Amino acid sequence: MTVLAPTRLDDAVAALAADPSLTVLAGGTDLMVAVNYGQRRPAGVLSLRQVPELHDWRLEGEGRDAQVVLGAATTYTTLLDPALATLLPALAQASRTVGGPQIRNTGTIGGNLGTASPAGDTLPVLVALDATVELASAAGRRTLPVADFVTGPKRTALAPGELVAAVRVPVARGPQEFLKIGVRNAMVIAVAACALVLDLDGRRLACALGAVGPGPIRDHAAERWATASLDWDARPALDPGVADGFGRRMAAASRPIDDHRATAAYRHHAVEVLARRALERAWGTA
Amino acid sequence: MTTSPPTPAHGAADTADDPGHRDGTDDAVYELTVNGVARTVEGARPTDSLLHVLRDRLGLPGAKNACEQGECGSCSVLVDGVLVCACLELAEAAVGCEITTVEGLTPPGAEPGDAALAGAILTDVQQAMIEAGGVQCGFCTPGFVVAIHDLLDRVPDPDPLDVREALAGNLCRCTGYGRILAAVEQAVTVRGNGRSR
Repeated sequence: MTVLAPTRLDDAVAALAADPSLTVLAGGTDLMVAVNYGQRRPAGVLSLRQVPELHDWRLEGEGRDAQVVLGAATTYTTLLDPALATLLPALAQASRTVGGPQIRNTGTIGGNLGTASPAGDTLPVLVALDATVELASAAGRRTLPVADFVTGPKRTALAPGELVAAVRVPVARGPQEFLKIGVRNAMVIAVAACALVLDLDGRRLACALGAVGPGPIRDHAAERWATASLDWDARPALDPGVADGFGRRMAAASRPIDDHRATAAYRHHAVEVLARRALERAWGTA
Repeated sequence: MTTSPPTPAHGAADTADDPGHRDGTDDAVYELTVNGVARTVEGARPTDSLLHVLRDRLGLPGAKNACEQGECGSCSVLVDGVLVCACLELAEAAVGCEITTVEGLTPPGAEPGDAALAGAILTDVQQAMIEAGGVQCGFCTPGFVVAIHDLLDRVPDPDPLDVREALAGNLCRCTGYGRILAAVEQAVTVRGNGRSR
């Protein structure tokens, strides 16, 4: 087995083109567990840790066109940095629920995408924010919506020779919520999660569920119903009927399964509560 | 991640005396910088975690091997000054990084990286753990000590929530945490009184 640790993205992409069988190592919080337990024996590893350009983030554009561009090696700890958390509050909330400090210091947003676990904590946030992912290969770059990048449980649209280079996340003005259920408040993998965004400039609501389907789940009809049911001018107290109706619609859109963490029935119930609660909290601070 | 996994493939018993690699590849020879000293690593499996290399190749058993999946924090070390689980670091990918283990934490008054002093005298955090009764079986203690150093070096006067959140990645099955939290409080007081660096 070879371990390659390039210091430039071009070199990393060239190495992957020369040997597409290389396993890409980002933070290692998923891959090394599989290696330690003998579930994966990579023939070669391409470590991205020492590629500085993958660690940077920047703000592009202004106003309603503003986007944060996150290098794929951006860690959860970096996402909690106040400068970033102010721009992308739901992503910071989600990051805070990931593992403990050791995991947050190591795990990356690119790795969360590459692993594409149904329980990946950042995935519902990225989908609710209409984030896109930039994939790099020797042939150049292509951009895909995160919603299309995740094609199934631990399955992605990555082609051989491609790696996740960056994530582009639109900045929305307004309250955002990320809620997650697990067996305790730290060090848990999600049993159910919900990300909700109120875009006060665009006057629309967006919501995505995590851990209750093969990938993040969105229901555009439910979003349109809630968006039309809310009074965006006066922003009065939330009508309980809207909160309940939205929770029911999102639960109906979920496709949970029974597994060792929870039953499908519990997850179905949980996301109804989470979607309703996320709307109540977000609207309450709008 | 798996929550109820089978036994880790790398048990302590099958590492030191196993010259052949299951994937048939040759040994890589590489150098790691540990506690300020360049160390040559030979005979490690290419897939070995930093934890196994530290314990089985470099004779540094302070980082403990328990869960091998980042759940317990008993293998906590610093890589380039950042608190991580050594079990989740691919050892060979840590070439060029500054690795600090519990053995390399500097006691009060020592310069950072002073390997001659490190380990010879207790650090303020270690002393506080002893005095507060934060040690019972001791297995989790090195990981806690590294994590507490990391916290207090970044946040000299943490509030109780900061402390709990900072130590959420370290598990202790003996103490119930109360005395570990008391040790942190004591270390904060000692540092605040200027009795430490």
